[in-house]
Amino acid sequence: MPTQSRNHFRKLGLGIAAVALLAASQVARAADDRLVVVTSFPSDLTDVFKTAFMKEHPSITVEVVNKGTSSGVKYLIETKDNNQSDIFWASAPDAFEVLKGQGLLASYSKEVDGIPTDLNGYPINDPEGKYLGFALSGYGMMWNTRYMEAFNVPVPKEWDDLEKAEYHGHVGLSSPSRSGTTHLTIETILQGEGWEEGWNTVKAISGNAKTITERSFGVPDGVNSGSFGIGIVIDFFGFSSKASGFPVEFAYPSVTALVPANIGVVTNAPNEGPAQKFIDFLVSEKGQALLFDPKIMRLPVNQNAYKGAPEGLPNPFDGTIKTEVQFDSEASERRYNVVNSLFDVMITYRLEDLRQATAAIQAAEKALAEAGGDNAEVKGMIEEARALVNKLPVDAEQAMDADFNAIFTVERKEADTKVEGRQAEIEQQWDTMVVENYQKARELAEQAKAKL
Amino acid sequence: MSSAALRRPALTSSFGPYLVAGAVFLFLGAFLIIPVLKVIQVAFQDPATGSLTLVNFQDFFASTLFRQSFFNSLYVASMSVVFASAVALPLAYLTTRFNFSGSVVIQTLAFVPLIMPPFIGAVAMQLLFGSNGSLNLLLRNHFGVTLPIMEGLNGVIFVQSLHYFPFILINLSASLRNIDRSMEEAAQMLGSSGLRLFRRIVFPLAMPGYIAGASLVFVKVFDDLGTPLLLNVNTMLAPQAYLRISSVGISDPMGYVISCILILFSIFAMWVSFLGMRGKDYSTTQKGGGGLAKRDLRPYEAALCYLVVLSILAIVLAPHLGLLLLSFGTIWSFSVLPDGYTLAHYETALTSAWGFIQNTLLYAGLAGLIDIILGTAIAYVVMRTGVIGRKWLDYIAMAALAVPGVVLGIGYLRVFYSVEMPGSGQPLATWWGIIVIALAVRRLPYALRSCTAALQQISPSLEEASENLGASKFATVRRIVIPLMAGGLVAGFVTSFATAAVELSATIMLVASERDAPLAYGLYLFMQSAAGRGPGAALGIIAVIIVGLATYFSHRLIDNARRSRTDVANNGGGH
Repeated sequence: MPTQSRNHFRKLGLGIAAVALLAASQVARAADDRLVVVTSFPSDLTDVFKTAFMKEHPSITVEVVNKGTSSGVKYLIETKDNNQSDIFWASAPDAFEVLKGQGLLASYSKEVDGIPTDLNGYPINDPEGKYLGFALSGYGMMWNTRYMEAFNVPVPKEWDDLEKAEYHGHVGLSSPSRSGTTHLTIETILQGEGWEEGWNTVKAISGNAKTITERSFGVPDGVNSGSFGIGIVIDFFGFSSKASGFPVEFAYPSVTALVPANIGVVTNAPNEGPAQKFIDFLVSEKGQALLFDPKIMRLPVNQNAYKGAPEGLPNPFDGTIKTEVQFDSEASERRYNVVNSLFDVMITYRLEDLRQATAAIQAAEKALAEAGGDNAEVKGMIEEARALVNKLPVDAEQAMDADFNAIFTVERKEADTKVEGRQAEIEQQWDTMVVENYQKARELAEQAKAKL
Repeated sequence: MSSAALRRPALTSSFGPYLVAGAVFLFLGAFLIIPVLKVIQVAFQDPATGSLTLVNFQDFFASTLFRQSFFNSLYVASMSVVFASAVALPLAYLTTRFNFSGSVVIQTLAFVPLIMPPFIGAVAMQLLFGSNGSLNLLLRNHFGVTLPIMEGLNGVIFVQSLHYFPFILINLSASLRNIDRSMEEAAQMLGSSGLRLFRRIVFPLAMPGYIAGASLVFVKVFDDLGTPLLLNVNTMLAPQAYLRISSVGISDPMGYVISCILILFSIFAMWVSFLGMRGKDYSTTQKGGGGLAKRDLRPYEAALCYLVVLSILAIVLAPHLGLLLLSFGTIWSFSVLPDGYTLAHYETALTSAWGFIQNTLLYAGLAGLIDIILGTAIAYVVMRTGVIGRKWLDYIAMAALAVPGVVLGIGYLRVFYSVEMPGSGQPLATWWGIIVIALAVRRLPYALRSCTAALQQISPSLEEASENLGASKFATVRRIVIPLMAGGLVAGFVTSFATAAVELSATIMLVASERDAPLAYGLYLFMQSAAGRGPGAALGIIAVIIVGLATYFSHRLIDNARRSRTDVANNGGGH
């Protein structure tokens, strides 16, 4: 036993020595000029820019810290007292608005030949000079061609198409509270069609949903796998999936908005100089052309860069993409939290109830059509059922109300904002109403069908 | 600090235990209690005024959605224990009771399900078992039906049972190996045999291991959010907490309220499992026999056993088979198998991720080491000393299971970002060692349960005998207790190491630079783009192989140690 245990100790010692060696190798590396970039972009995108930038500026070592939009924002907020990050780089303008509101973005602007101040009224750079747009993104639908063929589903063209019964169970989308890009999509629909009509569309599409994914990338992932056939996604997810070889296609519907993806310098950045150089490089014609990399496939904000665009990639500056909506980012910002919370209460958490109600209504409509479609009583019942599903607990005015929105944020911007009620309390009221209405709508639709 | 914790018992017998308990408590206080309290204090604040209140808890119980989520979580956790037991019992019994070629391989393979790399594991499961996965595509094409395996609560139970049954298997096997052969022989001499012997003697003696495993499965499933998110089931408590804590811009206090409730309920579940064990003594004095007698199988029995074992393994390893296909496949979309095969993904994964792999080995290895040291110290204090409030050490350590990784990550940033590292002046939170500690804290419950079960089976009279013969407390722990606990310690190390190797939620908050990032982070990077799916799967397979090899060698180590011990005993050497 003694020899054996000594043997064990020797093994343990060797193990510890190996671990110590690994540990030492961690400390050995260091750099003179650093740049720390916090981003939500995948390494497919960041690597391309990192390599190209370091070639131009060999003395600067770029460190990319990938965190996801919401973790990145939280990270910057939590570390602001001893900030070590230089740049925040992500898609969603909302995330930049949150950071700007907290005073975490330093002013930096840059005039570049070929980059207009706005696109269809939407400013490309933050008017207050806190962040800059570097690529444009539009929202649309991507679909899996094998899936569509197997289930014999036609290709959708407009958002309204996805409301049809033939798409029931074939759609995937994310939730606006989980995904900045989905928030923009929902907000685009709400602005394009109006508060009530917009929500009707969103609910009708979600009623056909197979699933509400927990992160933005879950949607293209699901379409790529064939878990569901059609996904509501930001354009580059579609383009890059196709470029990677997946049997998928992407198209913009006519109601869409082009919104810039952004970059900004963090307040008190330890390496402000290199940070500004990186941004200069990103918006230069040379940097912009890198966006055409097949793994990236994003639309540059610099018009001059489109000379080298690959075939099939639309140019937003020549009207190839129809945008009927002028995105109002101020309105989006004001009702941000209410929209997120409403979506989750009415759709994410009660998807099964919504789906069943939607299916029952669709079945009743089909039966009505087959019976000739002129039974007024049944028609009325179906309309009533649909109205129940569509009923909103909050009207457009209340959604914009600052006091009401304040309930949904813990940190209030102004001390005198009046807060009545708590988020959980209000969500419980909504939930009770929504569940009851979905249930009633389903029963009504089933009764209507039974009458035929 | 942690190595000091072990040495402490050498001091006076009345003073030493308090020192150890104090050291462990300080560690848990600094790295678990304070960071978590810093975050979840929001749960006790009035959202409007910021004053202290319980109104948020009132809101929790008033909410239909939360009540429903609570019962769903309870139901899923209980059913998962039942199914996981059904999978683990036969495997543990067959491999420890019979001479079965390749028992070690089976024990190792059956462990692999615990290592489900984040994100990519979900994709593999969907591609195999999803509503348009391989299985359902085949069924639809040939029979026109589909099986909703991955839908709703039943889907969660299915995946969780497959995922977490190794907890029961590992701990039960360690316990079975620790049962004294003379107990079994005595029962046989008194005329008991077969299933009756197993039911009345063997299984009750292995109870500490089973309870350790089953309680882990219960609490883990109750608190787990990976699987519900993968199946997009969000009417359960853990996903509700996560979705509310991590959404953009909103800081809903309910997320933190749910975290509190998860933590309290986990402690409650551990307390119930303690109650179940109270007043029973599972230790045996003689340690000469070294495990149960292994019997040879008759040919038809062997065939039957192989059938059972292989079919179980086929089901539980299916997700990893999917992962393997994904890592070699070119494009796999809405088809039974990938369109073609390539080695390119491994090339991409290895060239870009070698640093991640090194870091993972280092971090998970250190975390596992810290865990068994802390686990042994806590188990020893709880079971062998009279320190006041000692049970709370155990409860607090177990509560780590219920703390969402995001909460721990944010807590660390809050507490340690303002603390400067001695020397470099960097914030402490950006030092890679903090990631190791986060991993150690998150995986401590696993090692702790194994250590506790192992110590439960050792009779205190062995230690008393050692001390009567003049050995110091420290010498007794080192020469008697630790060697006898070896099996449990290895089981604990392996569980901690393996699960730490694929942890993501706390690490992603704490990674401050790419060169300090572990493998799970590399996986996360890949899994954010369509082109990264193949390399991500390759990296996942690499993770599984690393952890699998570590497990295999650990098992070999226990087996060899036990064999040499048994040999010594049989040659009349004894203790």
